[in-house]
Amino acid sequence: MPVEKTRPVSFACVEERDPQLDRDAVFEANDSLAAAKMAVRSLDLYYKDFHALHDVTLEFPEKQVTALIGPSGCGKSTLLKTLNRMNDLVEGCRVEGDVLLDGADAYRTLDPCVLRRRVGMVFQQPNPFPMSVYDNVAYGPRTHGVKRRAELDEIVEESLRRAAIWDELKDRLKKSALGLSGGQQQRLCIARALAVNPEVLLMDEATSALDPISTAKIEELVGEIKRDYTVIMVTHNMLQALRVSDKTAFFLLGDMVEAGPTEELFTTPKDQRTADYVEGRFG
Amino acid sequence: MTWYVSNPATLRKVTLGPASDDSGRFEAPAHTTSALALRGLVYVAAFVVMMAFLLIMGYVLANGLPALTPDLFAWEYTSANVSLMPALVNTLLMAFLSLLLAVPIGVGAAIYLVEYAKRGSRFVALVRMTAETLQGIPSIIYGLFGLLFFVSMLHWGLSLLSGACTLAIMVLPIVMRTSEEALLAVPDSYRQGSFGLGAGRLRTVLRCVLPSALPGITGGVILSLGRCVGEVAALIFTAGSIAAIPDFAGQGIFALFDSARTLAVHMYVLASEGFHIQEAYATALVLLVLVALLNAGASALTKRLRKDN
Repeated sequence: MPVEKTRPVSFACVEERDPQLDRDAVFEANDSLAAAKMAVRSLDLYYKDFHALHDVTLEFPEKQVTALIGPSGCGKSTLLKTLNRMNDLVEGCRVEGDVLLDGADAYRTLDPCVLRRRVGMVFQQPNPFPMSVYDNVAYGPRTHGVKRRAELDEIVEESLRRAAIWDELKDRLKKSALGLSGGQQQRLCIARALAVNPEVLLMDEATSALDPISTAKIEELVGEIKRDYTVIMVTHNMLQALRVSDKTAFFLLGDMVEAGPTEELFTTPKDQRTADYVEGRFG
Repeated sequence: MTWYVSNPATLRKVTLGPASDDSGRFEAPAHTTSALALRGLVYVAAFVVMMAFLLIMGYVLANGLPALTPDLFAWEYTSANVSLMPALVNTLLMAFLSLLLAVPIGVGAAIYLVEYAKRGSRFVALVRMTAETLQGIPSIIYGLFGLLFFVSMLHWGLSLLSGACTLAIMVLPIVMRTSEEALLAVPDSYRQGSFGLGAGRLRTVLRCVLPSALPGITGGVILSLGRCVGEVAALIFTAGSIAAIPDFAGQGIFALFDSARTLAVHMYVLASEGFHIQEAYATALVLLVLVALLNAGASALTKRLRKDN
């Protein structure tokens, strides 16, 4: 990806700071941030003049599901897109602070393509490519250089099995993915994301466009895949956060108000605003 | 509740409730005179369009078919047989060469504008405006430019190459604009999906965006093909009117510098000389069939390309 490589990282003071020193500083300052699978530290994000995220520090523990909740426009999706640099594609977006993957600076030490392979994403609207089911799942591996047919076959089957959709689709691998139902399309997109063997999976309101049965299937699936992957999901549905996630972070107007184990956050919130939100008084 | 809504009798009462005192008003429009007149007019308009097509087809068929003799398809043109065969081959050569030049440049420019340039930048707006202006220029002006630039200045003479370059410039904006529209119509969610899997921009464009935009791009190519095949004014000035196939077998690549009369030019010459009006109609018929075949071929090709993806 020549364009992304040459594009200067949109960090403040990028020239003055030595990434290695910076990382050491992070290790010293906060061991738990560096030890988490993924973390953000003092993250500020701007869309042109709009200050969308204010000084967010949050860690995402390995092989757990972290849910980001909050009313619309609170910045939770923005934070999610920052984690795999999808915000790079947004004109006028500027990020300050650190995004850490396995304790390493994800913005300054990793190529965006590598970062996005390691941190996969499932979108709000199912977005299968207009190709066959097989080619959809094989798109990622092919992008990263897998050419042998046997190997691809194996990856496709494995990924579809992990997304619990192999039995439904094994006879229609050659059919267009656009002919599937919405729920099947979304699980196909999950399979497609898993096919590049990511370490973290980001889910941006991945069930909000689906019917209750498909939603239940995907929630069940998330419970399965967290054994192998770190999952970070944005959801509008508080019951979903409660059902699926181990850790929850509550956002309001660009601030992270509170984060903690899901049970705790819902039963004994420390902040009044969190209490109001989870009890449904606003949002 | 549902019963009221689903019962047509009450449904009407419910929907017309507020205006029940003059409810006739709601049913009337379909029968007022102005509505009837309008409906009549659109029928007439549709009929006129169909008749225009049928008249032209019928006229060309009636005049061209009787003149369609085997002589007309002789490989060598003589003033006696006025064969259209060399012109037919030249037409295909000319169209192929023009598109060979125009399609990569046009599609490439469109990819740059949509996928690489900053969206809404001034440069993009400028290129778009330039293309729109180019599209509005009459073809005779392209011919004049070709004559001055390719024929005289570059000393390419009245030749296949001069003609093809002129046509390429002429159809470039069509290819670019239609490709641009086709690329813009590809949902951003495809691009995001591809980027999200760690694909680079080039791969995203080639593997994900371009295949989806292919039908639209082919539409532009078909349009350009039509312009190339039907063009007269620009070619008289740049490709000349020698009714022979350039001698590629003997001269190799230098045959590109031979003059070449296309079917449309052939038709124009026959008609303006006035001796072979019937043969001109026959040529028109062949031209129509050729365009129809080329379009059908291009559509079939797109379908196959899409299936493979």
